[in-house]
Amino acid sequence: MLFTSYEFLFFVLVTCVLYYVVPKKWQWMLLLLASYVFYFLAGASYLPYIFVTTVSTYLIARKITSLQTVVDAYIKEHKKELSREERKEYKAKEKKKQWKLLLLCLFINIGILAVLKYTNFVISNVNSVLTVFGSTARVKFVDFVLPMGISFYTFQSMGYLIDVYRGKYEAEKNFFRFALFVSFFPQLVQGPISRFDHLAQSLYEEHKYNATTVASGLQRVLWGYFKKMVIADRMLVAVNTLIQSPEEYYGAYAFAGMLFYALELYADFTGGIDITIGIAETLGIKVTENFHRPYFSKNIKEYWNRWHITMGSWFTDYIFYPISVCQPMLKFSRFSRKHFGEIIGKRMPVYLSSFVVWFTTGIWHGASWNFIVWGLGNFVVIMISQELEPLYRKFHKAFPKADGAFGFKVFRVVRTILLMSSLRMFDCYRDVPLTFKMFGSIFTTWNWNVLWNGQLLELGLEMKDYVILFLGMLLLIIVSLVQRSGSVRVKIRSKALPVRFAVWYGLFLVVLLFGAYGVGYDASQFIYNQF
Amino acid sequence: MVEEKKENRSRKGLTFCLVVIIILVSLYMLQRLLMPKYMTGIVEGAMIAEYYEEEHDHDVVFIGDCEVYENFTPALLWEEYGINSYIRGSAQQLIWQSYYLLEETLKYETPDVIIFNILSMKYNVPQNEAYNRMTLDGMKWSKSKIDSINASMMSDEKFLDYVFPILRYHTRITELERDDFKYIFHKDKVTFNGYYMRVDEKPAENVPKGRPLADYSFGETAYEYLDKMTALCKEKGVQLVLIKAPSLYPYWYDQWEVQMEEYAKANDLVYINFLELIEECGLDFTTDTYDGGLHLNLSGAQKTTKWLGEYLTKELGMQSRRGEEPLETVWEQKLADYYTEIDRQTKEWQEKQNGGEK
Repeated sequence: MLFTSYEFLFFVLVTCVLYYVVPKKWQWMLLLLASYVFYFLAGASYLPYIFVTTVSTYLIARKITSLQTVVDAYIKEHKKELSREERKEYKAKEKKKQWKLLLLCLFINIGILAVLKYTNFVISNVNSVLTVFGSTARVKFVDFVLPMGISFYTFQSMGYLIDVYRGKYEAEKNFFRFALFVSFFPQLVQGPISRFDHLAQSLYEEHKYNATTVASGLQRVLWGYFKKMVIADRMLVAVNTLIQSPEEYYGAYAFAGMLFYALELYADFTGGIDITIGIAETLGIKVTENFHRPYFSKNIKEYWNRWHITMGSWFTDYIFYPISVCQPMLKFSRFSRKHFGEIIGKRMPVYLSSFVVWFTTGIWHGASWNFIVWGLGNFVVIMISQELEPLYRKFHKAFPKADGAFGFKVFRVVRTILLMSSLRMFDCYRDVPLTFKMFGSIFTTWNWNVLWNGQLLELGLEMKDYVILFLGMLLLIIVSLVQRSGSVRVKIRSKALPVRFAVWYGLFLVVLLFGAYGVGYDASQFIYNQF
Repeated sequence: MVEEKKENRSRKGLTFCLVVIIILVSLYMLQRLLMPKYMTGIVEGAMIAEYYEEEHDHDVVFIGDCEVYENFTPALLWEEYGINSYIRGSAQQLIWQSYYLLEETLKYETPDVIIFNILSMKYNVPQNEAYNRMTLDGMKWSKSKIDSINASMMSDEKFLDYVFPILRYHTRITELERDDFKYIFHKDKVTFNGYYMRVDEKPAENVPKGRPLADYSFGETAYEYLDKMTALCKEKGVQLVLIKAPSLYPYWYDQWEVQMEEYAKANDLVYINFLELIEECGLDFTTDTYDGGLHLNLSGAQKTTKWLGEYLTKELGMQSRRGEEPLETVWEQKLADYYTEIDRQTKEWQEKQNGGEK
């Protein structure tokens, strides 16, 4: 059930109506039912996987909490009898038990994800190695189903489990409530990757119908559909034409494709998240924001703090920090300082942790080398940027006014967009050598006239489509600029009824009339559904 | 205080109603504006809806595709034989669409004879969304329409797009023409009792022979709907006459002919293949077709209609209703319009010919 299908709209409508009709104490149960119905409709064969993740995470988290409770109670009871060292020793011993449980659960769930998502990738690499060594033997590919949203709900569940292990909060006692946290349907497909302490309370508490909240949620949904259907799905036509015939479309075409894809991905992903957050808001549930105007970032590091925020913070909290402070890394840090000196030695562990994070980020997006190279590309750019930090400081010292200058700000924003867009070419072409070739062609082929001689009108889009895209993009920029001083919806809410009506009904008509949907358009999945 | 609250509530209620009305009216208007009008160029999409403006008192109703609405002229059937007839046909009208149109027609009236052109037997699955639309959009909402939509939809079509055509035609917002505004609330008639008139000529030359087929059997679905038609006509006491119009193309295979003859015999139906009556009708494909043998022009249609009129009166014993009021008056006006259009088209055709000669 695509977010853009009539079936989904009907499903959401029925769920919302029932949500406010049933007794409030049943609201979360209704959501659980709706989420499983949604998942069942997406594919009955997916259900066992989410169920295993839910059950294993629930049971192990409960066990960890119960062990922690026993430890706390024991220490409290024997506080006077035990020395500090004994207490520490006892805690460490007990923590080891919890650690084993944590590992078991991670093994089960990351194992499921890894087997389903990466088996064929491993096989294809094994086959390539066999070819290199002249062997004709081939490992057969396996035909696994990849459950919808598995990367998202696995990461969300594992984040919860690690938090419970760390004692951040106790495990949820009610299995069904926990099942809802894992399967909450609006965010099941493409995130955000929510944290239990951020989402759970809002998910389980009773919500009274509030016209303003519902309207606000619907407005966000509408804005999401505008981004997805008017911009992303229209841009998709040109992007597909460009990437499907790289032998024909190179040089300036590749440059145009790079920017087109950047816009499509932004409108597609943020549009999807707007729909997710909007639906949740309609139900009175607050879901964590996933974007903060990323294309206004001044550098890549800032960009990653503003793009897919919940994924970035997940990798930081559950991969980067644990790796940075684990015993082997501390040993490696000492070793580096001793052998490579203070400056390099200090950086090595950070670089190694960052490398692991970006490698994982890449492979999380997809089981192929292009995603890995894309992740590592980000790593390289961020590291170079960090290394050049003293140079930047010198520059700003020499030109103190530059930082505040509008032109310089624009330069930094454009530079970030171009950098990120060029890295996204790996995602776009899905082939590493081809991506390098196409990127290179931008500089080696002098065919820039195709950008204005009408050739762009042969990519499946007509002039009217480009006009719609231009106006749509303009609207995105204006809204982003207005957002800097607060919520656009709140600002509109303060206007007189005719203005409010004109804005929202106007936007509805724009989606209805200019949306790329219906016969003649391929119903397009959200790009992040595939991850 | 209480009164103020009441006033506030009623003001809110009024505003709400006003907003709902504005939304509904504007959406309705937009939908009307965006729906194709089929008034010029491809007019076939406007044919089905014209039936509802008729007095439903026909003796003969033709059902089928272009092979009926271009090859028979009800005006002549009335004028010369006093038979009040109507053609319910549209472009590439599939057999299930014909069946549901028949079902719907029989809810409005019970004619003596239904004439069904069997070319659509060759299609067993939905073919083309644009043609589907031409037949289905014109139908009034009824169970027949719903069933017809469900039977006709292509894999990428959605039922909701038929309920709210704005969802289908929204892309026309950037292609609107003058006609879209002109015919937003009313449409001109494009047929004469379902007959689509053409007086121009294009001789049939080099008519392609049919290519050999892997399987000449008509499909199960096609037979299913033909059976349904037969059963429905029998149930309603209407005589079903199967015909194959004298179009030279699409090619009508001998193997198809055999199947139809066998079907007609098995079901005790009259089957007339006009391809075998070309000489008897006096059809001359150098002058009686406007598109090289696919469809007849007025001259050709008059010849087939005359043959049919003779058959209906002599073989099926149909009586002339000339002089019957108000039918006579209604037809008087229709014939006047019919001849005006003949004059207009003839003049236009002659001018074109003269222009061409120059």
